[in-house]
Amino acid sequence: MDATKKKGKMSKTILTIVFSIIAVFYVSPIFIVLINSFKLKSKISSQPFSLPNAESFVGFDNYANGIFYGNYPFYKSVLISLFITVCTVFVILICTSMCAWYLSRVNNLLCKIIYYFCIFSMIVPFQMVMYTLSKTADNLGLNTPWGIIIVYLGFGAGLAVFMFTGFVKSIPIEIEEAASIDGAGPLRTFFGVVLPIMKPTFISVGILETMWIWNDYLLPYLVLDIKKYRTIPIHIQYLNGSYGQTDLGAIMALIILSIIPIIIFYFVCQKHIIKGIVAGAVKG
Amino acid sequence: MIKKNKRYFLIFVLPTLAAFIMAFVWPFFQGIYLSFCKFVTTSNATFVGFDNYIAAFQDESFLSSFWFTVAFVIVSVVFINVFAFIIGYVLTMGIRGSNIFRTTFFMPNLIGGIVLGYIWQLIFNGILLNYGKTIVSDATFGFWGLIILMCWQQVGYMMIIYIAGFQGIPNDLYEAAKIDGASKPQLLRKITIPMMMPSITICTFLTLTNSFKLFDQNLALTNGLPGVVGATGTTVYKTQMLALNIYNTFYQNANTRGVGQAKAVMFFIIVAAIALIQLYCTRKKEVQQ
Repeated sequence: MDATKKKGKMSKTILTIVFSIIAVFYVSPIFIVLINSFKLKSKISSQPFSLPNAESFVGFDNYANGIFYGNYPFYKSVLISLFITVCTVFVILICTSMCAWYLSRVNNLLCKIIYYFCIFSMIVPFQMVMYTLSKTADNLGLNTPWGIIIVYLGFGAGLAVFMFTGFVKSIPIEIEEAASIDGAGPLRTFFGVVLPIMKPTFISVGILETMWIWNDYLLPYLVLDIKKYRTIPIHIQYLNGSYGQTDLGAIMALIILSIIPIIIFYFVCQKHIIKGIVAGAVKG
Repeated sequence: MIKKNKRYFLIFVLPTLAAFIMAFVWPFFQGIYLSFCKFVTTSNATFVGFDNYIAAFQDESFLSSFWFTVAFVIVSVVFINVFAFIIGYVLTMGIRGSNIFRTTFFMPNLIGGIVLGYIWQLIFNGILLNYGKTIVSDATFGFWGLIILMCWQQVGYMMIIYIAGFQGIPNDLYEAAKIDGASKPQLLRKITIPMMMPSITICTFLTLTNSFKLFDQNLALTNGLPGVVGATGTTVYKTQMLALNIYNTFYQNANTRGVGQAKAVMFFIIVAAIALIQLYCTRKKEVQQ
């Protein structure tokens, strides 16, 4: 018995060591980019894996170049990305939770139709509506950071309504009836009673939508007026794509700058992110 | 009480519904209609029947990207799930540092596809530099590059779902089996894997649809290159996946937008079919349990 226990401990230690090595390899791509962000741009493509030396080290030049490069400064893209993500997630959470509550409580034919359309929209790939959606948004003048909130609300409604409805069904209706006997109207009942109970789902949906919108490339690229408004993924794609001569140093620096907020976000709400993933996955 | 007041429909449902109709319902049906039309913009569409669909099937680049996508999907689904399952299994064994490993493996998942593509482009080009090549010099490089990238991004996500699955297996099952004298491989085969089937189904379909719909990573890593001139004279991009092929059909040549929309409809039908099979599989499991 003792021998098997010892053997188990040994193999666990070995596994820890093996996994430590794998983990180092796993994060190495990010560190390689980080190292390169401090190197002379001509050295990045010729010696990508060497550490910066006296000759190739350029300090924060790449960062300065990246941030102010071209006719569209990077900080503007960061602000637009932040604005779109924060506002959209807020609007989606409020609107779709209200919608989901009404749909599952009233549950007449119209509500059922809307609900099934929402589920249906979850399986439709973006390419299917890509062209028509961007044209519609353009015709309605929604090609601004304000307008794209509405586009996201519509396109992201399916998943959010589905997840909220699933949760509302588990809330006992007696709580709401008690509130209405006490004289609360539907709005008061929703914001005073239902919304606080829904908090865990709010966080799950909020995290799923944040991850989607912050990293989304194609939808904002097609909907927004690219000359005026760029998000971070659009900015990086633009730097690399259309200028012909690309400044690798600046790209490395911007990649690092765009990863930093994600990593901070991850470490601040890691627990919620993991819970949100599991909740989102179970919906299938 | 909410049923009596129809005007609450306006407050609760209408904002979402209006946006939903504008951003999904209308574009979806218009998209189906336009797939039967020749058009440059939505206002000058002329009905042409099934011409677009026929043109799509005669398009070499579409067929080539279809088979590339199928190969990519099969390989990536197997790799991602095997790795994620093993990692999830080990991290629930109670080894030291499990939490740190979980944090590390999940992190790449939060980075967006475009940024991921450029990170790996640097790495692959750096490695291939020793052989005087780049990621776009051979389709094989692009294929395996995309597989590695996809594993790096998705293994952490699937690992989280597998870990939740492993933690959900009640311990008494193992204890009872051990009393009956079951060996470790037997425990894995007779208890762990059957109990993990729901997680395996979820992860398989998640990776399946994710890989099938891949766009950003494909665009950033290879942009479909290398391209060769095919038998019918059209350029065939060797590492172009379906989503990118559809996108290029729309936006590289305004005259083929109808064909692009027809391709998109077929793309949708395939994705919907996968989703329906998934629904069928999960329903069947629920009955059994």
